Amino acid sequence: MKIIVCIKQVPDTTEVKIDKETNTLIREGVASVINPFDLYAIEEGLRLREEHGGTVTVLSMGPVQVIESLREALSMGADEAILLSDRAFAGADTLATAYTLSKAVEKIGAFDLIICGKQAIDGDTAQVGPELAEMLEIPHVTYVRRVHGIASGQITVERMTEEGSEKIRFPLPGLITVVKEINEPRLPSIKGKMRAKKAEIPVWSASELGTDPEKTGLQGSPTWVKKVFTPEQKGGGEIFEGEIEEQVAKLVRRLRETKIV
Amino acid sequence: MEYFLTDVQLEIKELAHRIAEEKVRPVVHELDESGEFPWEIMKVLADADLFGVYIPEEYGGLGGGVMEQLLVVEELSRVCSGVAVSYAASGLGAFPILLFGNEEQKEKYIPDIAAGKKLAAFALTEANAGSDAAGIETTATLDGDYYVLNGTKQWITNGGEAEVYTVIAMTDKKKGSRGASAFIVEKGTPGFSFGKKEDKMGIRASATRELIFNDCRIPRSNLLGREGMGFIVAMKTLDRTRPGIGAQAVGIAQGALEEAVKYSRERVQFGQTISSFQAIQHMLADMATQIEAARALVYATARMIDSGVKDFSKESAMAKVFASDVAMRVTTDAVQVFGGYGYMKEYPVEKMMRDAKITQIYEGTNQIQRNVIALELIKEYASKKR
Repeated sequence: MKIIVCIKQVPDTTEVKIDKETNTLIREGVASVINPFDLYAIEEGLRLREEHGGTVTVLSMGPVQVIESLREALSMGADEAILLSDRAFAGADTLATAYTLSKAVEKIGAFDLIICGKQAIDGDTAQVGPELAEMLEIPHVTYVRRVHGIASGQITVERMTEEGSEKIRFPLPGLITVVKEINEPRLPSIKGKMRAKKAEIPVWSASELGTDPEKTGLQGSPTWVKKVFTPEQKGGGEIFEGEIEEQVAKLVRRLRETKIV
Repeated sequence: MEYFLTDVQLEIKELAHRIAEEKVRPVVHELDESGEFPWEIMKVLADADLFGVYIPEEYGGLGGGVMEQLLVVEELSRVCSGVAVSYAASGLGAFPILLFGNEEQKEKYIPDIAAGKKLAAFALTEANAGSDAAGIETTATLDGDYYVLNGTKQWITNGGEAEVYTVIAMTDKKKGSRGASAFIVEKGTPGFSFGKKEDKMGIRASATRELIFNDCRIPRSNLLGREGMGFIVAMKTLDRTRPGIGAQAVGIAQGALEEAVKYSRERVQFGQTISSFQAIQHMLADMATQIEAARALVYATARMIDSGVKDFSKESAMAKVFASDVAMRVTTDAVQVFGGYGYMKEYPVEKMMRDAKITQIYEGTNQIQRNVIALELIKEYASKKR
């Protein structure tokens, strides 16, 4: 089984401070880590490999310093790592990122499963995984909390929803994004660290990927960040008390008042 | 202090530190209360390759030495020395095989110990044979292709949890200490059982139990070295592992110092943090200085052993004595810095003080260590080595 795990390097938010003037992260001098949700993706990839055999390739787009995060993924046990890095990729939004990743996946060739973390803790969009699947024209399932099994080219997963969960079976190749409930990421091993230190990590540029300059980086990014703000907390709702008939009557009255019904 | 560790040593130290913080710290109090053996943590240490740091690569280890091993012990002890001693005791059980085992014995037992699949333990002490190790009463009698073991070992760290035991027993009582031999005994061998688990003052996460041998037959091929070499096996093993007790002591003391500094900067009395009082400052300064001196001695001894020099009993004893006395003083002072809070179980330093005490006692009491140091000193001068 060939598994590809996409990861993002993010600032370590346990150390990050907020600029009170602009409400943005102060990134200077802050250590970078693998996006925590992506650690679950790596772990799930490694577990599926242990169960089904095959390889785990870790993929990331970003500046050269991302190699450190890729080495950490290798030290956990991933077989190979590839960095996508080019000035042309800089300033990418989720669409341009997904496009660039999709070109890399095409270059890698045949694969069975792509795993992403549910979202990155810096951007919180949760868009890159699904966009990547769409561009590759493969099925995807988000917020997976458990992989039940893989058999005869199909994967069965359980995804978390706000109401509960859904069990879904779909054909491979496909993509899943995972939540933290899925596993507990392992720590690296010393042998893994030694191997990772020596490993060669190829860096693929725009020319190697054959990307369309109109679709990468800032140029390929239709998203414009107008303002970053913390949304106002919504009210805590209203609790109707009394006997059940009473409660229903109050609720219906309130729904009428607010012209919902 | 800069100790010029190699890249691999730094990786080992960093990973052990991370495991101590992420996997051990959250359960320290719980392990201390329950006295339950920390199997989950042992598994994490095994997966991280840390059980193999001192074992040659040909047996699945990382090819390091005493230095690598004690970096792990120190980092774990900084957070919980009960966990650290469970890790270290496996090395204590493995060293007799590494040092005196034949190729067949090494190949059979060492790879699983290096991988952390099996824990090892070392069994010398008995009820009437502590500092006077020559007083051991457990016997091993040759019967055809088997040795038959009878007797009881006491206070064996990893007892009941380990799979592989190196056991010292008398093959010829008349010869006294020269009549002792070392054997490998596997858990599950008929006639080999475990006695009560001790309820200890400190290092409570570690398992300390009796080993009971009742007509326990083990293959003759499980003899380590030759008959009569038991005490040499034990002494050479302990010379090599004593700096590990030093490292444990340094780790405990370091943990206590860090807690004391942190607390002194938070605790306010007379309108200011107690860290602003010179009485406290001088205590902290002395604690830090003693720890650094102990660490330097422990590391220097480990490097000396790893360099391949032949005799290091004296230095090994010095490292153990000095560091363990430092740990006792530093943890006592840490409790003092905390005042009444330090005496309470909700705060971390009273455990460290309880844990520190054992480092002055086990693997040879500090009094016996001083005997060793003095004896070596007198021997050196008598032979005019200097």
